Amino acid sequence: MTRNYKPWLFLICLLPLARLGYLAFNGGLGANPIEFITRSTGTWTLVGLMITLGVTPLRRLTGRNELIRYRRMLGLFAFFYASLHFTTYIWLDQSFNPATIFKDIYKRPFITIGFAAFLLLLPLAITSTNAMMRRLGRRWQQLHRLVYVIGSLGVLHYWWLVKKDLTQPLIYGLVLATLLSLRLPFIASRLPSLRLRLKSVQTKTT
Amino acid sequence: MLILKPSHIPSSEITPPEVYQQRRRFMQGMTALAAAPLVGAATEVQAGVKLAGVRASQYTLAESKTPYKDITTYNNFYEFGTGKEDPAERAGAFNPRPWTVSIEGAVKNAKTYDIDALLKLAPLEERVYRLRCVEGWSMVIPWVGFSLAEIVRRAEPTANAKYVEFVTLQDPKQFPGQRSRVLNWPYIEGLRLDEAMNPLTLLTVGLYGEVLPNQNGAPVRLVVPWKYGFKSAKSIAKIRFVEKPPLTAWMQAAPQEYGFYSNVNPTVDHPRWSQARERRIGEFFKRDTLMFNGYGEQVAQMYRGMDLKRYF
Repeated sequence: MTRNYKPWLFLICLLPLARLGYLAFNGGLGANPIEFITRSTGTWTLVGLMITLGVTPLRRLTGRNELIRYRRMLGLFAFFYASLHFTTYIWLDQSFNPATIFKDIYKRPFITIGFAAFLLLLPLAITSTNAMMRRLGRRWQQLHRLVYVIGSLGVLHYWWLVKKDLTQPLIYGLVLATLLSLRLPFIASRLPSLRLRLKSVQTKTT
Repeated sequence: MLILKPSHIPSSEITPPEVYQQRRRFMQGMTALAAAPLVGAATEVQAGVKLAGVRASQYTLAESKTPYKDITTYNNFYEFGTGKEDPAERAGAFNPRPWTVSIEGAVKNAKTYDIDALLKLAPLEERVYRLRCVEGWSMVIPWVGFSLAEIVRRAEPTANAKYVEFVTLQDPKQFPGQRSRVLNWPYIEGLRLDEAMNPLTLLTVGLYGEVLPNQNGAPVRLVVPWKYGFKSAKSIAKIRFVEKPPLTAWMQAAPQEYGFYSNVNPTVDHPRWSQARERRIGEFFKRDTLMFNGYGEQVAQMYRGMDLKRYF
């Protein structure tokens, strides 16, 4: 039996939100607090997506199959921060004005794809329950492969909004490319043997 | 009030040589006098020190001023890094003294000013201007300086001077951001000669009545309030009068996104985001952006008949 770390993970995933709350009450959000909140929730959405996408490669690499049970919570937290990010935009940026929101989504490529990524997250969040998994069966997994598209759209969204310095979006792009390439069949199938080889090296040296 | 300003300088505006020479002698005397007690006390001219003899001016907005802390901690000054907090965090080691500003190019009186002489060239005024960043945020800032026109007149541009180029100091030792190739250094900005002569165009040496902090472009910067903030070059080392429009740093970096004029214009969007609204620092919701940042009365006539979508 392995221990269930879910409650701990839940608390850890709340830390970025707690940090925002702490900074907000201590005047730590800087001169442009709304930009700070928008950037921060966007960042943690991307980080959440990357960590979620990291579960499967890590499981193959370590052989720890129990890791899979944390994936849903990580994915839902990515969705949670995406919702905060989206709400900040439609409320604090656009003041709930539907005309300007639709115009913005239509006219600005980086907003178009950010919005598309958020829409694609919705069915994944809705079908994340056990009942839905049972009901959808094999199609559940096909549907949830959408997360590859969502992650790519998220990185592109960041890429297109940056004024000049592309360092940050480039880092996310590289992490995403690594995580996706670890899923290519000829690489994915080698991960468990890589683990065994690493283990034998370890046992030899110890 | 509509000020019609032709692009050339009328002869009536040119100071007769005997007058300016007399002024120069007076100035030299004054600087010698002023410098005497300052020898060995160069640290007296630094951020936070009150500037003497600053007069109020007619250019004083009745809008509430952005707090000093926000103006000095939320900056775009890529010479110190691309983050908004980088300039405040990394400008401490920057040394704005000694400093010279050279006036070069198509002028009769090319000259290199020492910064402390430059400060005494004309009476210092406080001007409370709106600042609108191309990124969609704005501030209301009490600058201290005098019209750039004071320098232009003394330089006596020749007939070949159609544009003015502003060059920021290049010194990767002092500007850590210049060690990365995020822009082509040195930072270059430019104005048409009539824009440079417009009374609103401020050669700026102070903020909130005090010496300009390093992160805001010390020791001397430009403030062109009807254009997006990046047009207002900081830490200026050279002012060159040229015949062709200068190829500015941002035009080199992204010519389809940043044009030579870059006038604040709510009807011409940045290719990637809207310019119709802005977030005034300190306010919760966005407000509408004003044409020419609200300075149309003083500047619109310079662009009469121009297609501002084309000349963005």
